[in-house]
Amino acid sequence: MTSETSSRSVGSAAGRPMIELRGVTKTYPGGQTAVNNLSLDIDRGAITVLVGPSGCGKTTTMRMINRMVEPTSGAVLVDGEDIADRKASDLRRSMGYVMQSSGLLPHRTVLDNIATVPRLNGVPRKDARARATELLEVVGLAPDLGRRYPAQLSGGQQQRVGVARALAADPPILLMDEPFSAVDPVVRQELQEELLRLQRDLAKTIVFVTHDIDEATILGDKVAVLNIGGVLAQYATPEEILRAPVSDFVAGFVGRDRGFRHLSFQEGEGVRIHPIQTIEVDRLGDPDAAVTSPWTLAVDAGGRPQGWVPQNRRSTIRSVADLVPGGSLYRRGDTLRRALDAALSAPSGLGVAVDDEGRVVGAVRAGEILELIEDARVDRGRANYNTAV
Amino acid sequence: MDYTSDNLFAQMGQWLVAPENWSGERGIPTRILEHLGYTGLTMLIALAIAVPVGLYVGHTGRGRVVIVSGIGILRALPTLGMVFLFVLLAGLGLLPPIWALVLLAVPPVLSGVYAGISSVNRDTVDAARAMGMSEAQILFRVEVPNGLPVILGGVRAAVLQVVATVAVVAYINLGGLGVFLVEGTQLRDYGRLFGGAVVIGVVAIAVDLLMALVQKFAVSPGLRTSRAPVRTQDSGRQKAVASAQGGTT
Repeated sequence: MTSETSSRSVGSAAGRPMIELRGVTKTYPGGQTAVNNLSLDIDRGAITVLVGPSGCGKTTTMRMINRMVEPTSGAVLVDGEDIADRKASDLRRSMGYVMQSSGLLPHRTVLDNIATVPRLNGVPRKDARARATELLEVVGLAPDLGRRYPAQLSGGQQQRVGVARALAADPPILLMDEPFSAVDPVVRQELQEELLRLQRDLAKTIVFVTHDIDEATILGDKVAVLNIGGVLAQYATPEEILRAPVSDFVAGFVGRDRGFRHLSFQEGEGVRIHPIQTIEVDRLGDPDAAVTSPWTLAVDAGGRPQGWVPQNRRSTIRSVADLVPGGSLYRRGDTLRRALDAALSAPSGLGVAVDDEGRVVGAVRAGEILELIEDARVDRGRANYNTAV
Repeated sequence: MDYTSDNLFAQMGQWLVAPENWSGERGIPTRILEHLGYTGLTMLIALAIAVPVGLYVGHTGRGRVVIVSGIGILRALPTLGMVFLFVLLAGLGLLPPIWALVLLAVPPVLSGVYAGISSVNRDTVDAARAMGMSEAQILFRVEVPNGLPVILGGVRAAVLQVVATVAVVAYINLGGLGVFLVEGTQLRDYGRLFGGAVVIGVVAIAVDLLMALVQKFAVSPGLRTSRAPVRTQDSGRQKAVASAQGGTT
């Protein structure tokens, strides 16, 4: 009896969600309800994404976790403790906060911006700056950027500094409010990948707000889809939300190509890689170097793909500039979505498969990938059927 | 004083270079010191009143309407009239005229401080709060340094107005550079009258340049290097900033 009790309490401490929203409601003085009786458990060490159309109360929900917004009713627990009992400024210092507009202090250097929270906590300036310099490197910025002022950085760099600042006091929780939505798509993808890389090392509990379902499915270990008026529509893994939306609202929000995007969650290991004919770009100018298949792939000296040579136009192609541009590349082990995209985007219908160094290893075919998808669907259907019984 | 010419400008030049005007208890250097002394005293009192009020209203947004209309009323008061009014009410002495000058200095300082604080980007303030700064830390570590260009602009405008207006205390025998204007008028000594006006102008310009220098070194380089002006969504704030900057002209 005693041992059972103790083991249960240990289990509940480790297994307890980091953040618990308990029937939280926020009604503004005008009578408008931003969040309506929301209960949500946010897992420790995972990325939980709050996603939904504007007006769904996702930001309000997040801001109730660090008491930037006080709930009208209900409670928020962090580590099992009601945060209403804690001093707001202490609570906030225990959580990193990244916002859309970076929110850096314009009058302070990058280094002093990063050092803000440690300084508030009483860390000596020298130590706080040393730690800030380390963090610049962690978020992928050159140390000499530390002396600059925020206005002298690009939008992407500012967001990186924002992340570094949120990490400075090593808080267990990070709150991120649409941190990447103001930067261009290329930089956004870079920042997303960077965040996932950081998260693998740091294993913080991250609450991430976005209106972009793509971003939600890429980053989230779990995704909470919120509807207008702050009602929870679905709370599940991104894979499940794409595969089995619970309502028309979620299906509509996830979008038309959710079937295609769901392929992002399917391993591409089983895709067959066919041998492919290649020609070195140096030999393109040599009229005697004939090609024997309808589409031949031109590669550089390192074996990396440069473009395509259609057989019927061989005589007109003399250098790299004349090549037909290739499609996206499929790196061995990528998801089925990448494999299918490589096959569909290649002018030859052959998706170029490369190894980790970017060298061509062969080609994948769309038809075979579709068969794999079909097989996976059958397996999953059987599994679902079994669990249902 | 005897002039060798009837020309006004020549008389002014002669008055300005005459050695006897540059020494003694009634000389120009003494008058400059008196003038600057009254200016300093007036500014100290005005800052002590306007800065705390401006910080409070700017940070909390409470009492904005009262402040804005109050500033308008104060700006409409004629300073010379106020000097005599205070003297009539409180008698001769140092402080009654100083209070009249304080009424002149308070509006630009108050609107500068208030507008400076409320012009700080709300996202920056929000971020500071979300990082766990207390309200006082937000005010003094974020809002004041970022609002400093506008705040100092208001102070500078106030100093300039006071330096130019402090001359009125000479009417009630308190000295300062205004003495030359009063004496010049009474004695029909135009060299003295215009010479005194020139000295007041030079002192005002020198003080203003000094303030410009302070402004330059007190403001963080991070605010000077911004590539684009910060756009605020709140048009009321922008109006406030514009009116504070209008005060500097």
